[in-house]
Amino acid sequence: MDINQIQDEIIDEFAFFEDWMEKYEYIIDLGKNLPLIDPSKKDDDHLIKGCQSQVWLEAKEKDGIIHFTADSDAVITKGIIALLIRVLSDQKAEAIAETELYFIDQIGLKEHLSPTRSNGLVSMVKQMKLYALAFQHKS
Amino acid sequence: MDTTTERTPVRRPFEITEIRREFPILFREMNGKPMVFLDSAASSQKPKVVIEALDHYYEYLNANVHRGVYQLSQEATDAHERGRELARGFINAASAKEVLFTRGTTEGINLVAQCYGRQFIKAGDEILISGMEHHSNIVPWQMIAEQTGAVLKVIPVTERGELDMEAFDQLLSNRTRLVSVVHISNTLGTINPVKEIIDKAHARDVPVLVDGAQAVPHQQVDVQALDADFYVFSGHKMFGPTGIGILYGKEKWLDAMPPYHGGGEMIKTVTFEKTTYNELPFKYEAGTPDISGSVALGVAIEYIQRIGHEAIQAHEQDLLQYATDGLSQIEGIRMVGEAADKASVISFLLDGAHPYDVGTLLDKLGIAVRTGHHCTQPLMDQFGIPGTVRASFALYNNREDVDRLVAGVERAARMLR
Repeated sequence: MDINQIQDEIIDEFAFFEDWMEKYEYIIDLGKNLPLIDPSKKDDDHLIKGCQSQVWLEAKEKDGIIHFTADSDAVITKGIIALLIRVLSDQKAEAIAETELYFIDQIGLKEHLSPTRSNGLVSMVKQMKLYALAFQHKS
Repeated sequence: MDTTTERTPVRRPFEITEIRREFPILFREMNGKPMVFLDSAASSQKPKVVIEALDHYYEYLNANVHRGVYQLSQEATDAHERGRELARGFINAASAKEVLFTRGTTEGINLVAQCYGRQFIKAGDEILISGMEHHSNIVPWQMIAEQTGAVLKVIPVTERGELDMEAFDQLLSNRTRLVSVVHISNTLGTINPVKEIIDKAHARDVPVLVDGAQAVPHQQVDVQALDADFYVFSGHKMFGPTGIGILYGKEKWLDAMPPYHGGGEMIKTVTFEKTTYNELPFKYEAGTPDISGSVALGVAIEYIQRIGHEAIQAHEQDLLQYATDGLSQIEGIRMVGEAADKASVISFLLDGAHPYDVGTLLDKLGIAVRTGHHCTQPLMDQFGIPGTVRASFALYNNREDVDRLVAGVERAARMLR
């Protein structure tokens, strides 16, 4: 599936939730089940420091496809990371760099990607795109 | 100007329903639920009288102060100086000359750090602060230490969240040039023994600055009884507007220090060769002041005085006890800061949950709390935690607010477990 197909799929899934409780229970679940980042990558080189929560991000490239793993100390942040990884990981560098992330807005989680929230997520998305740009120019 | 303290009659008894009605914002919703506002330690809400005072100023009184020969300017000046006089009475300063308008606590500390520092701090001297200071009472001292070659020393904090006073005795030395401590901790609620600190520092001729930002909304402060050399606070944490604050300084220090900012208002005569400075307090007040702010701050002060600090304190201590009891029942909760003497601030953590997660879920339930390090990163580092969830109570909070908080935290705990 391409990036926008996955975004649309997530929007459809979230439409089933009756209220914010169900939605956040699902996000917390995603956060708890996010495949772990290699512990050796949870260092300062991979750290994106937010004021409220912290994020670690690692990117690997193979044949123009980028694979992301990430982690956070806050589980709700982690759950949103799980969604971002589902959308952006294992995609072509070019597609990642150019994509417009509209699903976050549509599923009502916009506030988590606001710069004033300072949870590390805005910087994480920026960093994912920077990795994509860097790999794109390398290949 | 009349220097007798203006005392407005104290309203009794403390009617919480009536008080809440005076704060219109308390009746709005947040995320579709009636809002519970528990972040007054960051910034308090404003009563109608303060909001109306701002309107009235711009509708009826607005003109620049201290210069105009016309009636309107004179009235604006009188209103502005009345704000100063009310602030003087509020902290019982000896003279209005010792009461400077600032933008807030942060500016007050920066002013003292720079003005006192440039005059009295040299290489090898020591500045003594504490381990529970807000960043605004750390960074200005680091800056002047860097400029002068002085050294910053830190009074440690105990596990309970109190100052280690034995360590303070050890740290106070012949090299200490100034002590700067917080009166009430914004993160832990600890009420520090500032009188004891001041007396001990004065025994060595060391002046003391007290950061009173969290103290003035909750308790009566008397700068003469404390014998504080400098006392700083913000208007917006005590039901006044943002952008206005007070720096109290003893006349002998304010006279001895060079001014901070140069410009209009702070001068007596200006030639290209030499400028002579204005008298106190104007020497430190360059530029057009926040006139609507000073006027409305005065109204906020009258508002507090009308209710009375005693009644406010009794109400807030009841809420603090009620909330501490309620929250303590929740499984896996850990209180951060358990000082014997505490103001109405509760910091806590839930086992296995990040403060950000708890705060996010409480927000969805219509409850406004603060999460994070509360601008006290060194203190969080000491406790080995990323931050806390902080609920702070003001005179307009009630027991229903506490009930909603406790139920909200229980729900968040269930969801995050």
